[in-house]
Order: sequence, then structure tokens, then C-alpha cells
Amino acid sequence: MSELKILEERKSFIQYGKNQSDGCGSLQCDSDSLSGAVSQRACVYCGARVVLNPITDAFHIVHGPIGCASYTWDIRGSLSSGSELFRNSFSTDLSEQDVVFGGEKKLGKAIEELVAKETPKVIFVYATCIVGVIGDDVDAVCKEAEAKYGIRVIPVKSPGFSGNKSYGYRMACDAIMTLIRPHTGPKKARSVNILGDFNLAGEMWIIQNYMKEIGIEVVSTITGDASYESLIKAPTASLNLVQCAGSMTYLAKQMESEMNIPFVKVSFFGIEDTSASILRVAEAVGTQENVNRAKALIRREEAKLKGFLESRIPRLTGKRAAIYVGGGFKAISLIRQFNAMGIKTVVVGTQTGKPEDYEIIGTLVDDDAVILDDANPTELELFMREKGADILVGGVKERPLAYKLGVAFCDHNHERKHALAGYEGVINFTNEINSSMNSPVWQYLQVPEFLTEEGEHE
Amino acid sequence: MLNLTPKEIADRKALTINPCKTCQPVGALYCALGVHKCMPHSHGSQGCVSYHRTFLTRHFKEPAIASTSSFTEGASVFGGGSNLKTGMKNVFDIYNPDIIAVHTTCLSETIGDDVGSYIMDFDMPEGKLAVHTNTPSYVGSHVTGFYNMMSGFIKYLAESTGTKNGKVGIFPGFVNPGDIRELKRLAGLMEMPYIMFPDQSGVMDSPMTGNYEMYPKGGTTIEEITALGDAKHVLALGMFTSTEPANVLDRKCKVPYDVLPLPMGIEGTDELLMKMAQLSGTEIPQALEDERGQLVDVMLDAHFYHHGKKVAIFGDPDTVLGLTALVLEMGMIPKYVVTGTPGEGFEIKAKEMFAKFGMEGCKAKAAADLFDLHQWIKNESVDLLIGSSYGKQIAKAEEIPFVRAGFPVLDRYAHSYFPIVGYKGALRLVELITNALLDHFDRTCADEDVDVVL
Ligand code: SF4
Repeated sequence: MSELKILEERKSFIQYGKNQSDGCGSLQCDSDSLSGAVSQRACVYCGARVVLNPITDAFHIVHGPIGCASYTWDIRGSLSSGSELFRNSFSTDLSEQDVVFGGEKKLGKAIEELVAKETPKVIFVYATCIVGVIGDDVDAVCKEAEAKYGIRVIPVKSPGFSGNKSYGYRMACDAIMTLIRPHTGPKKARSVNILGDFNLAGEMWIIQNYMKEIGIEVVSTITGDASYESLIKAPTASLNLVQCAGSMTYLAKQMESEMNIPFVKVSFFGIEDTSASILRVAEAVGTQENVNRAKALIRREEAKLKGFLESRIPRLTGKRAAIYVGGGFKAISLIRQFNAMGIKTVVVGTQTGKPEDYEIIGTLVDDDAVILDDANPTELELFMREKGADILVGGVKERPLAYKLGVAFCDHNHERKHALAGYEGVINFTNEINSSMNSPVWQYLQVPEFLTEEGEHE
Repeated sequence: MLNLTPKEIADRKALTINPCKTCQPVGALYCALGVHKCMPHSHGSQGCVSYHRTFLTRHFKEPAIASTSSFTEGASVFGGGSNLKTGMKNVFDIYNPDIIAVHTTCLSETIGDDVGSYIMDFDMPEGKLAVHTNTPSYVGSHVTGFYNMMSGFIKYLAESTGTKNGKVGIFPGFVNPGDIRELKRLAGLMEMPYIMFPDQSGVMDSPMTGNYEMYPKGGTTIEEITALGDAKHVLALGMFTSTEPANVLDRKCKVPYDVLPLPMGIEGTDELLMKMAQLSGTEIPQALEDERGQLVDVMLDAHFYHHGKKVAIFGDPDTVLGLTALVLEMGMIPKYVVTGTPGEGFEIKAKEMFAKFGMEGCKAKAAADLFDLHQWIKNESVDLLIGSSYGKQIAKAEEIPFVRAGFPVLDRYAHSYFPIVGYKGALRLVELITNALLDHFDRTCADEDVDVVL
């Protein structure tokens, strides 16, 4: 496909393997999309919203025109063991009048209407693109409401233009800090918070079960299946586990400096990372007893998986994978999982990867693998073709692109329907990869001769 | 789920809960995808277009392309002129469309960007074009954005040479590719030369070839949009979607037009075909007469299951009114008829339809949300719910059979390939509705009532 062109300005966002550049220092990342790009990248509001949305009993009021609220209504497959409140959409639906005269009054009224109807413990108010521009003082409205109703009303400043999705993650972390800061208590021994798992398809529950089995208490889950009551206990944990580093390292650092809670990065994707993470937690906050239990769990689960993987690997070995996901850490886990399946990762892209992530990625893939920051469809297409990818792991926007190219697909984003975390996740992930790659439908892609011949005779 | 919704209805003025609309730009984007070799361009923050593309991809299960000006803090203060120009240059350089269709967002509107003059100042590559429209997200809904983009294309491109080309412009409204294909089939059977605008068929339902085409075969061509200026007539389908662009074309190029309802149900389709017959001077062919007869036949066969059943319908105004017309013809009661798109005309129109069929106690509301609808249902339930996927939660909570129609349908496949317009579309809806009612009965009835013959 020689007509596919890569923008000159984009070239610094692309790198071949580890050897062709001096580490990742040269790969430009963590900046804004280029004007005119068909970028897959989302905005500050999106970042903030996806992090806070799973808090199940919170009210999320989107202050702005209706769009931002509509697009984020119940879009994340975060599961709840309690309230389903978060699956509703609340908005001030600003109209032209409000834009001219300001939306503060409407926001105040909206909160009043909500409080009259419900008994919220916490309301998050998202200030989207135009709120600052029309001069609304959202902080003041929230403060006033907090005083008036005696509940937490926390502003989340997330105008789309103020940065990228990573910045939105930070705004969400700030909001969480605002929520938990006033709450203290004695530290509990052998306890952790889990940061950066959103309980998609119940993944948080899988991790919680592991913790339970090895005798470690989970105080708060941030934010998958979280509630107001569970969140405010977070300051009493003795360790933070950071699963989605891209979104939560910032919060972990703040909790470390203000609340004296150290953190470790973990990943529960793939056997290697899951086992390492479980052991790491036991060693960090547990006794020898906890470590022993962790080792027993790991032995048992790995043994269970061995037979399964051996039966699947023959169908997968030698295939080539392309990865396009949000965070760098997830990409790393995925590459390791593919390596374990005998699948070579030939293209890796992330939306919010950090230089240190790209450095690790560079060491995990072959020298000719392509590493991209903030890829767009054209680049994905170009490199998937060039590298002959058999499967793409990505999000909703990439799915139809992959199919159009005749490439199998696995959703590792909001739309995943099966848990991909933990040992169970390895089975689901392998099955998904296998069923997409080995579907009989692919063979019909080839247009049969009787059709093309007929075409020629016409 | 959604057990949050209380029965008691309290007045809400400031708070929208569970919206039944979204913002203008996504409508503009969808419209622009119906133009051949066009790159829709969103002049705003990078996030907007990411949402809009996701929204369309989830509905069509197809790639939906669009570029963005990618506003930064600076652009929000000093204006987005340079972002737009760089953006357009990059789009032409790398994606090479024939035309860029720019729409604004709430942000670029609020800071007052003059997109028209930015485009005028732009150093346009040879043979390339750009058009724009204003789509402030705080006015109207996605439907508004859709027709604003149509108007934008017409204002820039339609030209009258003084000689009519004998074609009829068809403005299909905010519908699926399956509907557009059906409208084209009808026009073909009626031997009426036409220009379909916009035309997402062949774009948002393009076949699997193993190649990704950024610009698939379908879409109204630029030449066709230009030629709309010489059309002898325009059929503007859906009064809330197509009136404005028809009006713009008439003012610019003196093309007379008729506004018709979306051709849904028997009478709606009759009306369209009679107009087509008039314009083409041909008689309605036997094939279509047969289709109508088949539809009536099926409606009669199953009328027992429909008659007197209460239905709640929500979605975009023209689609909702079309569905209302059909269920009235089927003998059902359109108990609640709701759109999120603001505008008084909707309620008036709906009430006229209720009156025509002697319906009492039916409610219609524009600028409503699904919380309203759910509350109404809690107070007096219905037998069937028709609307977008967002009705799923209500249907589950209240155990109501549910038929998906309109935008967006995010949780089912292949729906966008089939029509809901024309006799064929009505037949399909009748099947969907009957199946939903009967499936529900089969699932919930007592064992002794299970019957293989219904
Ligand atoms: S910022 Fe405005 S234009 Fe963009 S998605 Fe939100 S409401 Fe729509």
C-alpha cells in the first residue's frame, strides 16, 4: 500500500525495535495529537471520567452541553456488587442561554434537584470544554453545595483542550484525594488498596479473591466496584498496589507522601505477571505464612493452566500480533502473554505510554517490531500489513479496522466481555485469541474463482 | 437496575437524567460520511471526535473516520485558526480526501471561531474542496447537526446552471444505510432519476474485502451535490431533519420541494410513492402494489396480537413519528412518544396523529429524557418499548418486550443493513414487533399455555 503516507511530523512518534534508536528517549510520546490527525486519542474529560465512573454509588454530573454526558453513559463494563447508580447519566445539558448568561445557576439547581430526590453521599461535577470559557466558577458552586447539603460535592476540572487523557487521569486522582484526604485512622497490618483496576467483567473480584486466599485484606478498590464508604477507608491500608500505572501512579505518589502508604506496581495480566504480583504483595506486607500461601496458590493455578496452554499453543505458535492499547504497562503484559503463547508481537502502540514503558517494550520485542505512540488508523494499517499481523488487540475503534484488513481481533478495553485478569483471564484471553484467529469465517474472505471469473465475462 | 427511578414525578428544570439525544457534531460527522471521498473534520478538542467516532462505530460496527483540530489551551484563548489550517493541510497531505467537511464543537463556537473565513484564507490544494457548518453542541441535538451539515454542503457546492437536469433530490433523513438502499430501490422501481443526499450506503455498510478503504465506494459525489442545484424537485423526508436543507437549496437554487414524513408504515410509504409517481410520470408498478398487499396481509394475520397493546416509543423526532404512524396502523396505542431533541412541532405532530386514530390518553414530549419516560412507565406500564439500545435498562427493569430501532443501536448486529422505511421496512418492523410480543409471551406464560401454534 504505497499510497499510505506517514506525516513527517509523526515520524518521531514511531520507532523500530530497540536497536534503531538510543533507547526510548527519542520516541516522542505523552504529548498532544497533531492537528488533522485521525487520532484514536481521547481527551481530559474522558480520562477523568473513565477513572471515576466505576465508583458505584457516586453521582456523576456532567456540567456542559449534552454530548459529553451522552457518550459516557454506561459505557464501561465495570461491574458492581452494590449500587447501580453509576450506570445513570446526569447532566446540566447546557443550552444557548446558559452559554450566554453562564451555567452556574443551572448547576446549583441541578444539584438541588438531585439532592431533593436522592440521598447522595458524593457527587462529582465534571467541568467540560466550555465551562471555564463561559466563566463558571464550578469550585464555588461545589463548595456552596457541600456546605448546604452536608455531602461531598467534588469538582473535576476536565476541559478537553487542557491536555490529553493522562492529564484527565490526574484530575480524577486529585478528585479521589479530595474525597479521602479528611479521613484517617490507624494503619491496618497486612492490608492493601488496589489502584487502577476498574472491575471490567469482574476482574477486581478475581484479584480480591487471590488476596483473600493469601490472607491479605483489601481495604479499598480504586475504583472498580468502589463505594463512598469503602473509598474513605483507603488511608488505613499499609500498601497500595498499582495495576493501571498510567492512570494511578500519580494517586499512589500522593498517597505515599501525604498518608505514608508506599506502593508497588503490579499487573495481573498473564501468568508470569500475575504470579510475580501475588508473591510480591505477600512479601511486601505479609508474614512468612502469607508468602507460603501465595506460593501454594501460584503452584496450584500454574499447574492447572499448564495443560490448558499446552493444548492451545499448537494452534497459536508462530502467529504475529499487533497491540494497540491505552497504557504502556498493559502493552507490556500483553507482549509477555503473547511470548508465552509463542506469538510474536510485531506492532506495539499505546495512547499514553511513558518513556520508561517504551524502554521495557523495546527489550521484549524483536528488533524489527514497530513501536508507535498515539497511532492513527493509517499507521496501524500500514504497519499491520507490513508486519503481517494475524491479530490485533485494541479498543472499540480499532475493531472494525482490523476486521476490514482481514485481521483477527481481541478487545482489551472497555468492551471486553470476559475477565482477562488473573489465571482465569489467561484462559479467557487465550480462548478469545484462538476463537477470533481460527474462526472459519476468515476462509471466505478469499473471493472464490467462480465469482471473479463471472465478473470478467461481464 | 435503574431502580433509582422513583415513581413520584418531581419537576426537573436543570438536571437531565439519561438523555435521549446527543450533541450536534456527531450528526454532522455522520452526514459527512455520506459524501464520497470526504473527510469529516471536527474543529475542537481531540476528545469530541474520539467520542463521535466511537458512537458511530458502536452502532454500525464499521470504522468511522474523522480528523480533529486538536485544540490546546492556547487555541482556546487565541482561537483555533492555525489549528484548523494546519489540520486541513495535514489531512490533504496524508489522507488525501477530495473534500473536507468541517464542523464546529461547543468549544470553537463559544470562543467564536470564524471557520468560514479560516477556510477562505486556506491555501487550498488544486482540485480540492472544503465546506463547513456551525454545530454548537448547546443548541438542538445530533439531528440538528445532521441537517446543518447538509445545509453546509449545499451552501458551498450546489449550483444552478439554469438548465434543470431532470433529477429529483432525495434527502433521506437521519437513517441507516439499509433505509437508503430501500429508498433507492423504490426510486428505481418508480423509474425516477434521483440524487440521494447524503448517502451512507456503501460507506457504513461496506462489504468485507480484506482491504481497508478509507473512502469506500459509496457516498454522494461532489458533482451530485453540485447538481442538486439543477434538480427539478426535492423530496425532503422527515420534517424535523430535512426541511431546513431543502429550504436552503430552494433559496439558493430555486429548487421546489415537498416535505414528507419518513416513509414508515403504509400511509407514509403510499405518500412517498404517489409523489414519486407524480414526479416521474410513471405508474406505481405491480411489484410495489404486491409488496403493499403482502404487508397488509401480514398485519391482518397477526392483528389479534397487536390490537390495543400499549407502546412507548423514543428516539429521534422523525423516526419516532414514523414508528408512531406504523403502530397506529397496526391497532396499537402509542401511549408515550418521546424525543430528546427540542422543538414544539414534535408534540403538535404527534397529537395530530393520536387524534386521527381517535387515541386518548397518549402523551408526547419533546426535549424529554429517558428518566421521564421511565417514570411514566412506572406509573402506567406499556406492553412494548421501541427505541435505541438505551431502552434496554428500562425494558429489563419493567419486564417489557423491547424492539430496537433508531439511533443508536449498540448491542445488536446487522440491524443497519435492513430498512425500516417502505413497505419492506414496515414488514420487517411488524415481524420484529410481533416476535418481541410473542417471545415475551412464550417466556413468561404458564406451562399449560405454551402453544406451538400462535
Ligand atoms: S465537548 Fe461539546 S462538542 Fe465535544 S462531545 Fe462534549 S458536548 Fe459534544
